[in-house]
Amino acid sequence: MLAHVITFSYISLALALLLAFYRMIRGPSFPDRVVALELIASIVIGLFGLNAIDAGVGAYLDIAIVLALTAFLVAIGFARYIQVRQACDN
Amino acid sequence: MITETIIAILIVCASLFMLLAAIGLITFPDLPTRMHATTKSGVLAVCLIMVAVGLYFSETEITARVLAIISFILITAPVAAHAIGRAAYFAGVPLWPGTTKDELAEYYSAKEDQENSR
Repeated sequence: MLAHVITFSYISLALALLLAFYRMIRGPSFPDRVVALELIASIVIGLFGLNAIDAGVGAYLDIAIVLALTAFLVAIGFARYIQVRQACDN
Repeated sequence: MITETIIAILIVCASLFMLLAAIGLITFPDLPTRMHATTKSGVLAVCLIMVAVGLYFSETEITARVLAIISFILITAPVAAHAIGRAAYFAGVPLWPGTTKDELAEYYSAKEDQENSR
């Protein structure tokens, strides 16, 4: 039963990844793309957790930790960039 | 068997929440509503998947990593969302035309003028 559930979860996470990617390439404003990037990072963290269950290898969680860290740094950096760019435009 | 059922329920809930977050990101009309959709349900989905991983392995090392990931995400996600939302608001990203309440506008207009004149 767990195998079917994991397959279903892979499919729905991949669908969520596609929708977020659509918003990222389409997004009307730059912060929209950053928000979509955040969601993509969350989805990939979830995919690595799922992959750890699927493969039975706990080491995938290390990748999830690093990805969570870099996603936070990326968000803070982009927020800083948005503010500085607006200050330079004025 | 019972553990497997609980893991299956957790995984299904997590993937449905993640799908809901992505659908909200597509359908909502402006930036704050999109952030409202993605931040909360995305974090909830990641936490549910990590709890499922901890239940599946049930070893001390894995559980420690799972707790680290969950606490780190619970701490950083609101901070990141706040930073992006604040920067986007001050960068002048347009709100949805049906927005009825913007308390930040009157509260920050004086301060923003000060900053601009400097």
